[in-house]
Amino acid sequence: MDIIKPSKAGTYESNDIYIMLFPGYEENLIELESVVYDCFGYQIKKVIKDVLKENNINHVLVKAIDKGALDYTIRARMITAIKRGVSNE
Amino acid sequence: MQIDGYKKNYKMYSYSKVIKDQVILKPTKKNNSLNKLRKNISNLLDELTIKDGSVISFHHHMRNGDYVLNMVMEEIAKRNVKDLTLFASSIFPCHEPLVKLIKEGVVTQIYSAYISGPVAEAISQGLMKKPVVMHTHGGRPRIIESSEIKIDVAFIAAPSCDYRGNINGSLGKNACGAIGYAVTDAWFAKNTVAITDNFVISVDKPHIEGKYIDYIIKVDSIGEASKIVSGTTKITRNPIGLKIARLAAEVIKYSGYFKNGFSFQTGAGGISLAVAHYLKEIMKEENVKGSFASGGITGYLVDMLKEGLFERLYDVQCFDLDAVQSIRENEAHIPISASKYANINDDCIVNDLDYVILGATEIDLDFNVNVTTSSTGEIMGGSGGHSDTAYGSKVTIIVSQLFNARIPVIKEHVICKTTPGETVDVLVTERGIAINPRRRDLIERFRQTNLPIMTIQELKKISDNLVGIPEEVEFTNKIVGIVEYRDGTIIDLLYKRG
Amino acid sequence: MNELRRSLLFIPGNNPGMLQNADVFDADSIIIDLEDSVSLDEKDAARILLKELVNAIIFKNIELIVRINPFDSEDYQKDIEVVKNLNIDTILLPKADIQSVKDLDNKLTEINSEIKILVLIETAFGVEKVFDILETSDRCIGLMLGGEDLCVDLTCERTKSGEEIFYARTRLLNAAHALKLKAIDTPFTNTNDEAGLIEDTNFAKKLGFTGKASINPRQITSINKCFTPTIQEINHSMRILNANKQALKEGKGVFAIDGKMVDLPIIKRAEKTIVVAQKLGLIKNSGEYHAN
Repeated sequence: MDIIKPSKAGTYESNDIYIMLFPGYEENLIELESVVYDCFGYQIKKVIKDVLKENNINHVLVKAIDKGALDYTIRARMITAIKRGVSNE
Repeated sequence: MQIDGYKKNYKMYSYSKVIKDQVILKPTKKNNSLNKLRKNISNLLDELTIKDGSVISFHHHMRNGDYVLNMVMEEIAKRNVKDLTLFASSIFPCHEPLVKLIKEGVVTQIYSAYISGPVAEAISQGLMKKPVVMHTHGGRPRIIESSEIKIDVAFIAAPSCDYRGNINGSLGKNACGAIGYAVTDAWFAKNTVAITDNFVISVDKPHIEGKYIDYIIKVDSIGEASKIVSGTTKITRNPIGLKIARLAAEVIKYSGYFKNGFSFQTGAGGISLAVAHYLKEIMKEENVKGSFASGGITGYLVDMLKEGLFERLYDVQCFDLDAVQSIRENEAHIPISASKYANINDDCIVNDLDYVILGATEIDLDFNVNVTTSSTGEIMGGSGGHSDTAYGSKVTIIVSQLFNARIPVIKEHVICKTTPGETVDVLVTERGIAINPRRRDLIERFRQTNLPIMTIQELKKISDNLVGIPEEVEFTNKIVGIVEYRDGTIIDLLYKRG
Repeated sequence: MNELRRSLLFIPGNNPGMLQNADVFDADSIIIDLEDSVSLDEKDAARILLKELVNAIIFKNIELIVRINPFDSEDYQKDIEVVKNLNIDTILLPKADIQSVKDLDNKLTEINSEIKILVLIETAFGVEKVFDILETSDRCIGLMLGGEDLCVDLTCERTKSGEEIFYARTRLLNAAHALKLKAIDTPFTNTNDEAGLIEDTNFAKKLGFTGKASINPRQITSINKCFTPTIQEINHSMRILNANKQALKEGKGVFAIDGKMVDLPIIKRAEKTIVVAQKLGLIKNSGEYHAN
């Protein structure tokens, strides 16, 4: 699947994560800012990578600004951003 | 192991060997001079000559509105003095100018019970030459009275002061109420300086008697009393906090000590105050009246005093302006010194407590509590009276969200052991209540209720399932702080982050 | 699942902070909302968040309800496509009428779903047709009154005292109880008026409502308290049931307690009270009362 336009999902509220996807990169890149980076940075990136893989996305820059979101929220925001980025609506 | 800049004969903490009944000094000072007034701080420093390595003390009753520490330190720094030890009961964000003095080596050691803001950050970054000593509120007078530390000059922010040096904290434009943390300093420092913005002809009921004061300096303002209301002193509106508070109040109700004459302390945090709110409802429903409430006092406890729900308030520092007004007007609202409040060698109030409500940044499976650092290891607080009251009270209740913005409160190990698990009885969270297995009596009692009791391991599992297990934070081996238990033993060490 | 339905708490469907704590406020049911609390351009995000949440978290001892968008909206179909496959208990159908209940029932029946339906009655037409609406599907467990929207339809102001919805309340109650279904009252929307909430809830209970919806977690304790039997009610019910047992043994048809004749409806009511008390764990070891 290909992201055909920049897309975003989520909010800057506490317990949420704001995801931006930018198409046209050679490989997937992740830029993560998080209020819990020291404790969960690795885990957050893992969830992001998992969702990219599940959706067979290989050429995006993921910019993520995390405010302490739990894994299922990160998954949901990633999936939403991907769906918005692949659609022409 | 010798720790640079720290006493050589230190001992490590052991609950079964807590050190009590040390020989303590008695105040003997009698300075009846009528010539105590000096023109300004600079003139005074000509007379006092603060040398390299001196110990100077401050108290924190003006909290985040304090001007005195900064104005004195600025003058001292001009005199090219180095290597001072700052003995300040607490340090707040308003004391940011200290960071420069730390970098320049003017201040190379700090003793304090609570440090937050830029100074805490500087310490965590390893900018201090010697490790800070983080004692408790009761530990501070113990350190002074056992002559472990000799204060060279004590600077006392005095909301009102007469020409004999009598000080009352409740009067004046910057009234802050009780000044319990300054009392022991005044008794034993080699030189004591009252700094006041309200110089009056006579102070009737002094919190500190004039005979302990050597010098008086008039200034325009000692601070901003409106800012003594620092931190949260309002009941939380957060429904999770309210649920925790309601559960904590029910823990009190069913714990077995809830009867006429019981005693109670709670902090000024949003959840802690809400506990007082729900406790008040239960006291009215059950027609139970308490004997005293103690600690830092807020308007909430003042209202309960007025309504006759408590007979007395013992106040070492006022957390809001309602408390300041009350201590000025109400005989049953009694100012006490930090020693009378929490000194392990004194006949202290905390020993008579039935309940204390306390917070936690982290708590581990042995109920050890961290309130000194953040969950990533940076200094952002300290015991204050946390470990003193936990030791003294019959039931110590920790109130905390199980997790917030993914940060869990229950950890395998706490980064810093501020208060030992042997003195912590109950953890109340929004998803369940854990009782320390040492308290079989409480476990048995709560079995008869519908309260959501579980083991702390079970609670941790709920938390881990929701947020995951955080990565361990790494530290270097550079010691930036020593955490002292109330008896002066070392309970933990703080390290610089890796 | 918790079937007490004393308190039903609305949680905005696109708010992770509130969703992750939805189950800590002691509400018997939580209603994850995809409708009014989610803006049009975030409907997709809310559906996905709901799906990921429900797949990740098991809610214990709580009824999980989802309020979908109304039948005549674009999002209705999309909501059902996601929701029908989730492990939830109940769908709250807004602006319910016969056609929409029938449609929802069909869609759920197609996939052999066990999801129940709670109908939200919030139009003048719905109020008039409520009995038929409830009879449309066996999945209907009851109804909820939506007072705010109803007042828009009635072109009247929604007031604190609520005279304007009195007719709707009683009409809905009659229909629900006629079919032995639950009747859930409309939320009390001023979240800072605790006394008003208690008064409104007590009034609803007095009329016959079995529970009340809420839009703020701070209201749940008061609502639960109102719909929970008091220690006096439980003790009184116990006395009635014990006296009844005794009367049966002695072959007496009717008997009196405190000078008042006890007949079958009173015994039935006492039995109901004890059942609720038992469900709430207020009675342990036959007859011992425990505070909650």
